[in-house]
Amino acid sequence: MTAFTPAELEPRSLQPQGWLKYFSFSLDHKVIGLQYLVCGFAFYLIGGALAGVIRTELASPMSDFVSRDTYNEVLTLHGTIMIFLWIVPVVNGAFGNYLIPFYVGARDMAFPRLNAVAFWLIPPAGILLISSYFLAGAASQSGWTAYPPLSLTTPAAGQIVWILSVLLLGGSSIFGGINFIATVLKLRRPGLKLMQLPMFCWAMLGTSILVVLATPVLAGTLILLSFDIIAHTGFFNPQLGGNVVVYQHLFWFYSHPAVYIMVLPAFGLVSEILPVHARKPLFGYTTMVYSIMAIVVLGLIVWAHHMFTSGTPPWMRLFFTIATSFIAVPTGIKFFNWLATLWGGKIALNSAVLFSCAFIFNFVFGGITGVALAQVPFDIHVHDTYFVVGHFHYIVYGGSVFVIFASLYHWYPKFTGRLLNEDLGRLHFVLTFIGFNLCFAPQHWLGLNGMPRRVAEYDPAFTTWNQVSSVGALLMAVSTLPLLINVVLTAMRGQHAGDNPWNALTPEWLTSSPPPVENWIGEAPLVTEPYGYGEAPGTVEVNRLSGKDLWAQGKP
Amino acid sequence: MAVPTALITLLIGMVLTLAGLWVGHNVNLLPVDASSNAPVYDALFEVLFSIGTVLFLGIVGLLIYSLVRFRRRAGDLGDGAAIEGNLPLEIVWTAIPAVVVLFVGIYSYDIYERMGGMASFHDHSAMQVATQQVAYQSASVEATQDPPAERIWGGIGRSTQDGVSPVVLPVDVTAMQFAFIFHYPGPGITAGELHVPLGQPVRLRMEAKDVIHAFWVPQFRLKQDVIPGQPTLLTFTPTRAGSYPIVCAELCGPYHGGMRSTVVVHEPEAFDDWLKSNTPATLASASGGISTKSIS
Repeated sequence: MTAFTPAELEPRSLQPQGWLKYFSFSLDHKVIGLQYLVCGFAFYLIGGALAGVIRTELASPMSDFVSRDTYNEVLTLHGTIMIFLWIVPVVNGAFGNYLIPFYVGARDMAFPRLNAVAFWLIPPAGILLISSYFLAGAASQSGWTAYPPLSLTTPAAGQIVWILSVLLLGGSSIFGGINFIATVLKLRRPGLKLMQLPMFCWAMLGTSILVVLATPVLAGTLILLSFDIIAHTGFFNPQLGGNVVVYQHLFWFYSHPAVYIMVLPAFGLVSEILPVHARKPLFGYTTMVYSIMAIVVLGLIVWAHHMFTSGTPPWMRLFFTIATSFIAVPTGIKFFNWLATLWGGKIALNSAVLFSCAFIFNFVFGGITGVALAQVPFDIHVHDTYFVVGHFHYIVYGGSVFVIFASLYHWYPKFTGRLLNEDLGRLHFVLTFIGFNLCFAPQHWLGLNGMPRRVAEYDPAFTTWNQVSSVGALLMAVSTLPLLINVVLTAMRGQHAGDNPWNALTPEWLTSSPPPVENWIGEAPLVTEPYGYGEAPGTVEVNRLSGKDLWAQGKP
Repeated sequence: MAVPTALITLLIGMVLTLAGLWVGHNVNLLPVDASSNAPVYDALFEVLFSIGTVLFLGIVGLLIYSLVRFRRRAGDLGDGAAIEGNLPLEIVWTAIPAVVVLFVGIYSYDIYERMGGMASFHDHSAMQVATQQVAYQSASVEATQDPPAERIWGGIGRSTQDGVSPVVLPVDVTAMQFAFIFHYPGPGITAGELHVPLGQPVRLRMEAKDVIHAFWVPQFRLKQDVIPGQPTLLTFTPTRAGSYPIVCAELCGPYHGGMRSTVVVHEPEAFDDWLKSNTPATLASASGGISTKSIS
């Protein structure tokens, strides 16, 4: 079979090569994926520093570390950066772009230029957002939710810059979503059926449907809000006949699905990591696919549970209680399937697995408090308190961020050809796990007992547990050091990984590490059983490398 | 002799359930209860806490057991068993959470009903009429002059449903950056703290002047946003004398954290004294020669 090599098709690329390509308008999905990852991590460090400011302020009950205005800017920037510049771009943009073309057997995404545009919207949007603090005189102070009328009365320049930045990031997200849908549905290698795709493809398909359906609503809402600010229209201004609760409906119509935009890809990544290291097939593939789609559908009809204490009629409170509670069912199915995947396996207890299992631990906790929060009478007490802060950090940090770390340990050898150091990895894991739980578990008690969120000062009775929480935050900050050291040292002189250090069966491992520009020299492999691990029952145990030896075919 | 797996599973299930019930009943995470719906709330909390404990301990126990029991031994390069799924198992762990969630949903609906949250679900006019059926035990009755067409948005209103409820004390709450103002329309008192009598239902009609605030008394387990342009209602019956914090729970600006007040629950006689000593002087009382302390 003859195949054109990339070099023949395009003899001289105008794109820079070497490390410079990571600063170029590269069309290679792997370069774009790593651009997303590194850019997102830089913003994670900024968002983390802002969290440090918050926890330092809250180490004492008085407002004594930063001014009150600055504190509100800090909490707004922290939320916006962590959601729109770290978790959403990394779980979707970074891992989605890197892995999806491999998984469907394609040489790139469906729309490579759109893909590059989607990435290159992010750095300017992020810089714009952060620069509002220095240039516009004041950053947005109304929280990442930007509820009017507060967002209409805080300094206008900062709020407008915030809106512009979120619009750019939302645009980037929509471009990415369209690209993922097109790639998964139309770019599959001939012979590869939908139900043979690795689970991460389904997660990205579900996520992208949510992105494409919900993000435009946020964009429209923020444009109306900006009209209220600049042109003094009255969409959300009660003094001009506007309605502030309508904004909340529109905002949460996007921003609740945004939670699934942050965790569904993480679910997909865990479904890739666990079977490889447990040496077992993913348990219940079909139910996992249906669960993802059920979460997508339910995720679109639960938004008003963020508004149980707003002006919502009782029937609405009832409906959204039931819809929200029922999201626990498909989510629970996924967790039981992961446990069943581990059961009876031969689990390698490396950093990737430890982070994945800690994700299960954290997310189950966050899920249980989530079902409780879905109950209107329960929520009426703890809404807008530190209980909610604790809950959603268990979901987005304990869930998504732990999975980002797990994925980093799992795919770093593919990115660079070198294995991350296990000792530093475990140190990173222990510090993160202890720090995280120390930071966020006490916040549940604080919320139940009367500490509202987004405050710079609080009742001195809450000092002790706030200080415990701050110590946890400090540990989390320290835990970043072993990760950074590990990533840098490994990139320079780490242990060589070979093409497939985990003996994995999914297609990204069936090429060199790092992979060539168009993913495979020669034809893309047809992987119809991405989880075909395991010895058939009854087989006599022999010293085989893996169940099906698919990965080893065609090698010396 | 090997113990059957089913028996072990049953035993573990029973131990977990007992542990969950014990934790739910004995670990107290909530502040003191001071309103009639706080014990109702606490009952819901206990149920949710127990179920949550059983699920969390069960899942985490299974996870840790799997990691220890099925860890890869040094030198073992083999695979696990090629089990790709099990339909009966999938049905079980779809059905059990569905039943639990349904139970929790129905139970919390019942709790919400008992707290009075569904009042206007049954009778859409109840909330509007409610604001007019007010009377005072002390003199100078003057019902609030709300236009009948005014729409009240959301909130918890309980006492009108009981039929036998005692007289309701209406208080108008105005929230602004960064304070709550309480106005007693009957005696015409305006105060910065909320004073209420023990055991008598109080109905707050709340409106914001500038941005959204939220009225929260942790000891009452009640919270309601105070929204500009949309009055909201909150009804409660204090059941424990004392002073409790009123906390603003919606980001409302730089001094949001400092936007706090106090609700003082008096014994009924002490409340009457407070009413008398704070009622502003009127022409009638002034001419009668009775000295009345005015706070205005």
